[in-house]
Amino acid sequence: MSKHVGKGHIFLHRLKFGISAFIVLELIIFVVVLLSGKNFAVLNPKGFIASAQSNVILLSAAILFTIAIPTLVILYFVAWKYRETNTHAEYDPQENHGKMFDFGIWAIPSFFMLLMAFVMIPATHRLDPRQQISSYNKPLTIQVIAMRWKWVFLYPDQNIATVNFVQIPTDTPVEFELSADESPMSSFWIPNLGGQLYAMTGHVNTLHLLADKPGDYAGSTAELTGAGFSGMKFVARASSQDNFDSWVNEAKNSPSALTSEEYAHLLKPSEHNAATLYAKTDPELFSTMLAKYAGSHDHGMHE
Amino acid sequence: MKEFFLGRLNMHALPHEWFSVGGTAGFMGLFILAAIILTRTKRWKWLWNDWLTSVDPKKIGIMYFIVGAFMLVRGGVDAIMIWLQQALSSGSSHGYLTADHFQQIFTAHGNIMVFFVAMAFIFGLINYIVPLQIGARDLASPFMNTLGFWLYIGGVVMVNMFFAFGGEYAATGWLAASPLSSIQFSPGVGVDYWIWSLQISGIGTTLGAINFIMTILKMRAPGMSLWKMPLFTWGSLCSMIMAVIVFPLLTATLFLMFFDRSFGTHFFTTTGGGDPMMYTNLIWMWGHPEVYILMLPAFGVFSEVVTTFSRKSIASYTSNVLGMIGVTLFALSVWLHHFFTMGASADVNAFFGVMTLFIAIPTSVLVFTWIATMRKGRIRYDTPMLWFLGFIATFTIGGIAGLILAVPPADFQLHNSLFLVAHFHSMVIGGVLFGIFAGLNFWFPKFTGFRLNDKIGRYSFYCWITGFCLSFIPMYILGLMGATRRLDHYDGATGWQPLYISMFIGGLVIATGVALQFAQILASYLQKYRLRDETGDPWDGRTLEWAVASRPPYYNFTVIPEVTTRDAFMAMKSAGTVKTVYEDIIIPKNTAAGIYIAIFAFFAGFGFVWHIMWLAFVSIIGAIVVFIIRGFHDDSEYTLTAAEVEKLEKARIAKAKLAVPGKYDHTDEDMGLQQLIGISYTFLIDIVKNKRWRTW
Ligand code: HEM
Ligand SMILES: [Cu+2]
Repeated sequence: MSKHVGKGHIFLHRLKFGISAFIVLELIIFVVVLLSGKNFAVLNPKGFIASAQSNVILLSAAILFTIAIPTLVILYFVAWKYRETNTHAEYDPQENHGKMFDFGIWAIPSFFMLLMAFVMIPATHRLDPRQQISSYNKPLTIQVIAMRWKWVFLYPDQNIATVNFVQIPTDTPVEFELSADESPMSSFWIPNLGGQLYAMTGHVNTLHLLADKPGDYAGSTAELTGAGFSGMKFVARASSQDNFDSWVNEAKNSPSALTSEEYAHLLKPSEHNAATLYAKTDPELFSTMLAKYAGSHDHGMHE
Repeated sequence: MKEFFLGRLNMHALPHEWFSVGGTAGFMGLFILAAIILTRTKRWKWLWNDWLTSVDPKKIGIMYFIVGAFMLVRGGVDAIMIWLQQALSSGSSHGYLTADHFQQIFTAHGNIMVFFVAMAFIFGLINYIVPLQIGARDLASPFMNTLGFWLYIGGVVMVNMFFAFGGEYAATGWLAASPLSSIQFSPGVGVDYWIWSLQISGIGTTLGAINFIMTILKMRAPGMSLWKMPLFTWGSLCSMIMAVIVFPLLTATLFLMFFDRSFGTHFFTTTGGGDPMMYTNLIWMWGHPEVYILMLPAFGVFSEVVTTFSRKSIASYTSNVLGMIGVTLFALSVWLHHFFTMGASADVNAFFGVMTLFIAIPTSVLVFTWIATMRKGRIRYDTPMLWFLGFIATFTIGGIAGLILAVPPADFQLHNSLFLVAHFHSMVIGGVLFGIFAGLNFWFPKFTGFRLNDKIGRYSFYCWITGFCLSFIPMYILGLMGATRRLDHYDGATGWQPLYISMFIGGLVIATGVALQFAQILASYLQKYRLRDETGDPWDGRTLEWAVASRPPYYNFTVIPEVTTRDAFMAMKSAGTVKTVYEDIIIPKNTAAGIYIAIFAFFAGFGFVWHIMWLAFVSIIGAIVVFIIRGFHDDSEYTLTAAEVEKLEKARIAKAKLAVPGKYDHTDEDMGLQQLIGISYTFLIDIVKNKRWRTW
């Protein structure tokens, strides 16, 4: 065993090297990112839901770091202090840890996890995607159909439709009714406005979002959908109510309508579809589309 | 007629694209090379008798390791290809892969790394170490164990077979999300290869797990109660119990998917009354426990490493074991956290979220027991401890990420983003793989009779940890920026490219780490005299695997030890009761039945992939027949008399005494990288200059 003695100081040296390399790397990456002023979409909320979710993320992270950082510091300190070469340190191979020790190591994480649960349970109910957002403004309903490989948006009240583009007024709750047609499961996600939900054939999942600030926000499918997956993107434009109204008028005057032929055409797989506006839609389109799948579900976890 | 004989198989299925031609040629080349070497060195018989048909779990463990290492390189090439595509494919550039091909690569990468690398290494460790740790001479069912191994090999062959036939693997992600994997959206043979590679190897896993549960429960040395078992054995027991519970579920789910795809049933389809959400549920009911099946033995490895190198017994054995049991129990009840976003009610999501939080409690307990073990220890920093220190950092970061993901409203924003991908790589690389590497460095002397080179081992660790940071810190950041996983292309305006490039560079650094691990083994081999382990106990070990010689004889123990305490071997050493007497030993005989059954299983799968039904049915019948014949085989054991054992032991000791230093053994230190490169260089120059191949 003697040949191993003396590795302690090398270890020390290397530990220092390792840790500093770790920190330097991390710093470099963060600096590069921050200097380039990029959009941390998830932590840079532009909507009511996204800010609440980002707060939940930050709060959870804070709780977790509170236990993790001291644990790591103690661990690496102990690892350093009781290195073999440090003969001054106490050595007690038969050390007996009492009952208190056992109690402590179960109690500490339990406490922190209960704390997390305390944050989590109310937040889960409060931020349930099907929960309506209370507001003075009347909610806007938008029906969303995921197709291969595009997003089709129907505005039942305005009787217009779009592809790969959705415009909404700010400060107005928007109720997205998500479904899919002849498409694998897709996940509807606009990180700046709030978290995602799956769009599935034969189902309607309701997602409530609200934009606080005007702007163009990237939306996409977070779930893999096949060959056209990475091109299945859309722009979500949040604008003032006036601006929205004039856009609706513009759409109503657009030359093309979402007829059943046009719908059948859209249904064929295609990639990188340009944003399109349709003046008219069939008001029954969404329910007809759903009816195709009737009887194919109604069990499982949908409520 | 042609359709009857060949099913869907036709000329178009033969390799014609660069990757399928390349893959096929590469594998063929390797096989031909291996065949030439074996023929030249007249080693076929040796290979067959000493290795392939062996029922010795130690040999099977080593074979798992060799194949796993090979698959690590195979899956690593996939990883580099994925990251290269993503580093290039921004804005107007679309990289060098089509979307479909890119998706096949990450699917194959995930399958290979989880099923054929991590599982292989874990099974390798369990095979080698568990019987030794519990003081057993063999397994409850050696045949079931070989069969499990060979079915794993069947899966390995199946997952690579698409190169030669079909040129297409599943493009659906590693769990073949439904309905993307239905015949409607994935009409090719890729998903069928996915089904059958998992099906065959998964059945092998179930069999192996049953065998190890029985072995641990029934074959322990006298006196070793469950509460005296070594911690690695505990971790393995928990893991195998979980495997037996959930792997049959995978088997059933895969069968349903197979029926959907091949016989037009509607279990998981979007039409005809099928329910893809059911598939999502079923696959994660298996999928979440699966990650802990990998993790629990790794926890066990770290417990062994920390106690041995701190030279202390574990701080609170009871809490440590209860921690592992707790993880096992919770791991069975959290699967829904993989699809909070599917639309379950807030109550359901909150329930599974809380269960997921609770899994962190026993996990933290394990960490605390390790800290308390190190405290007041005399910690020696050999390579295994280094992997432990690296593990703690990556695992903590990954754990924090996992707990954030466990909060449903947070998960809505992070699910399917690169943040999630970073989480599980922190766990699988930083947890499982680092654990395996710690275990490999720790037990290597037991496997081979010589220690691993310490210097190069350290370099490889530094590469892994640096590469890990370069790859996965940017990945967390990208997730927070809203980057979804599995993108084959993204907008230039997102500004993500530098981070993707960092990931790619990190991948290269990790690849260097892997290369250094191979170099480490080579360098150790060159200095195997210097690094030899004469005592069988190079680290002042605590558990019974160190009580036997390195390498252990195939019967493991000349005398089955009597166990009175935990850390049984440590206690024997201090009491001076390590004894040598000889007795009769019953040994299981070699069998090739496992190989035959696995070959049949492979052809059954191949038949089903290509709809060659006669082949599938003939093969299934063949497998059953071999199984039955084997079942009637009474003569599967033989007895080694005490006298023979004594002769063998004396011969072994005499042989060990004869060991002489090799060419590179006359140094005081482990060989460095420079020296290794020098030696390799001279070696190659010698071959070329003196045209050595003429004499081969
Ligand atoms: C503290 C313990 C852990 C917690 C709280 C945790 C939590 C989670 C959660 C909530 C998800 C789902 C995220 C999502 O899909 O949005 C997840 C995914 C995952 N976790 Fe963990 N996890 C833990 C430990 C582990 C360990 C030890 C491993 C592996 C050894 C692991 C491997 C994975 C994998 C492979 C996935 C995702 C697979 C996929 O979607 O393709 N996790 N984890
Ligand atoms: Cu999970």
